[in-house]
Amino acid sequence: MIRALGWVLRRDLLLAFRRRGDVVNALVFFVIVVSLFPLGVGPEASQLRNMAPGVLWVAALLACMLSLARLFAPDHQDGTLEQMLLAGEPLVVLVAGKVISHWLMSGLPLVLMAPLLGLQFDLPGDALAVLCVSLLIGTPVLSLIGAVGAALTLGVRGSGVLVALLVLPLYVPVLIFGAGAVGAVAAGTGAEAHLLLLGGFLALSVVLAPWACAAALRIAME
Amino acid sequence: MSKSRKFSWYYFSSPQSFYPLAGTLQPWFAALAVLLCAVGLYISFFVAPTDAQQGESYRIIFIHVPAAWMSMFLYLVMGFWSGVGLVLNTRLSSMVATALAPTGALFTFIALWTGALWGKPTWGTWWVWDARLTSELILLFLYIGFMALQAAIDDQRRADKAGAVLALVGVINIPIIYFSVKWWSTLHQGASVSMTGAPTMAKTMLLGMLIMALGFWMYSIAATLARVRCVILERERQTDWVAAEIGGQK
Amino acid sequence: MLEARRLECTRGERRLFSELNFRIGSGQLLRVAGANGSGKTSLLRIICGLVAPSAGELRWRGKPIRSEREEYSRNLVFIGHLNALKDDLTALENLQVTAALAGMSAEAARMLGALDTFGVAHCAELPAKVLSQGQRRRAALARLALSAAVPLWILDEPFSALDVKAVAELEHLLAAHITSGGMVILTTHQEVQVVAHAVVRVDLDLHTAALLAA
Repeated sequence: MIRALGWVLRRDLLLAFRRRGDVVNALVFFVIVVSLFPLGVGPEASQLRNMAPGVLWVAALLACMLSLARLFAPDHQDGTLEQMLLAGEPLVVLVAGKVISHWLMSGLPLVLMAPLLGLQFDLPGDALAVLCVSLLIGTPVLSLIGAVGAALTLGVRGSGVLVALLVLPLYVPVLIFGAGAVGAVAAGTGAEAHLLLLGGFLALSVVLAPWACAAALRIAME
Repeated sequence: MSKSRKFSWYYFSSPQSFYPLAGTLQPWFAALAVLLCAVGLYISFFVAPTDAQQGESYRIIFIHVPAAWMSMFLYLVMGFWSGVGLVLNTRLSSMVATALAPTGALFTFIALWTGALWGKPTWGTWWVWDARLTSELILLFLYIGFMALQAAIDDQRRADKAGAVLALVGVINIPIIYFSVKWWSTLHQGASVSMTGAPTMAKTMLLGMLIMALGFWMYSIAATLARVRCVILERERQTDWVAAEIGGQK
Repeated sequence: MLEARRLECTRGERRLFSELNFRIGSGQLLRVAGANGSGKTSLLRIICGLVAPSAGELRWRGKPIRSEREEYSRNLVFIGHLNALKDDLTALENLQVTAALAGMSAEAARMLGALDTFGVAHCAELPAKVLSQGQRRRAALARLALSAAVPLWILDEPFSALDVKAVAELEHLLAAHITSGGMVILTTHQEVQVVAHAVVRVDLDLHTAALLAA
């Protein structure tokens, strides 16, 4: 079973490596969206500092959501998804492999990029650290929940916007506690409670989301 | 020789037998709804005392709070019936879930509007980002998402099952969302602007709200029964009994 | 060993076929015939377990396939219309992933041997997107050369896009599989030149099975 997961992971990472452009585009989207906010609200430093956790988290959330279109749809189109359903390995394991590779390609780059953008908003050092940690814990949750949304809308017309509609409300708790963690540190109170809750969300979604996703994939393939 | 036929509720699990049952029950629930809402509104406008701080404008709470309760309750019921349809593979349960969604969305919408109407005279703004209103907003998105997903999928069974998975994911998430939004609201706003901590409940007020809630519940059942009949006709239109039904009505 | 009882398939509003019964045992080939749109692909997908039939059931070795889905999946190979090749992976890498997910060893030498069976060994290091239709079909079918131990082969139009040499090679492979006790279910528009006594035919145009032992 682990072997199968490893092969799914290996295949997806190899594909991502050969289409590096896709990964880079998502990252550029993140940077552009973050840069839009100062242009929209004005460059006043203290206002930007207050906004920063929310802006960075919302942009990360949107970037993650955009990359969901690459998660299952290409596999569905060329027939590899069908083969995964027939693989004789538990579908949950293969789904886990797909989600892990999705996070490595779309979530992890955000975690690495975020501190640089945080500097643009003049966030202090400890806030930047908490930003990274909150994204590190939170982006896998986004990938997991997003995978369920992507599986439900597989092959449906208008699926790009539909996924957003389904998944963004479910992202709200992660957003609240992720941005809240950074805000708490910037305000001087501790972020432990927030990060612990995020960890709780991660644990819950790791347990539940792969099953929901596998069920949704089977439904989509009927 | 007499054969005793055991009455079984399963008889009604086929759309064909449920259709006439729904038709018979619906007017009764509609009548109950009108009655209970009338009593509830009477209590809210004439019996409940004027509030010391908010005057008469607080009376909208008698619609706002029951609507909010119903919106959450209906989502749970919708989740339950779609789950049953998913696990037991029964068509009627999924049809009921599909029929519930618009009513649930309607109550969410009512809760949001009445919240705005309350906010304006009380706090001067049309919208307040308090815990309940924000949760209702997100709940509205969840309802819309459910309806949009079912509308976008052409194959009926797939639409039912996909909607079921979404609804169940939503049911698990609703407490989490509510808790998160409540936390967020207390952190950012402080205690002043909060509809949840409204006038302390006099017994008549609570009674009024409960009766309104019951009235809304009866309305929901009546509306859902009527809608489910339409859904049944539409989905089963290939069958003989529907053709006869529609032909007979011409 | 695979038995279908009263299978019915409804796609959207149309009932494609109903009351379909057949049985296929070791050493037999089942050919599903029917006009375009009669439900051949849907039937194969039902047999794979991807789609549930609207009525009836399928039994593998006596047990319903629904109850032991993973076990059943391990006993079959399905090659459908889509080649299940990733454009950006080479033919060799594609086959390696397919083999590994099927629980087999993904050793390169074995993969090359399988590709060679269908004459695409020279394409092994080329990404699938530069291969021709026929080469991709052959790269997808190469999987069969590794699947001698898998009892049930389910193939949807396997001969499409193949040249004469490849058709002969595929027939040879199917014959070998059947003689060694395997089972094959396929749809095709052409007559299958395989071991004659083992062919069973299901004609979907008739809505019920016309079992013609050739």
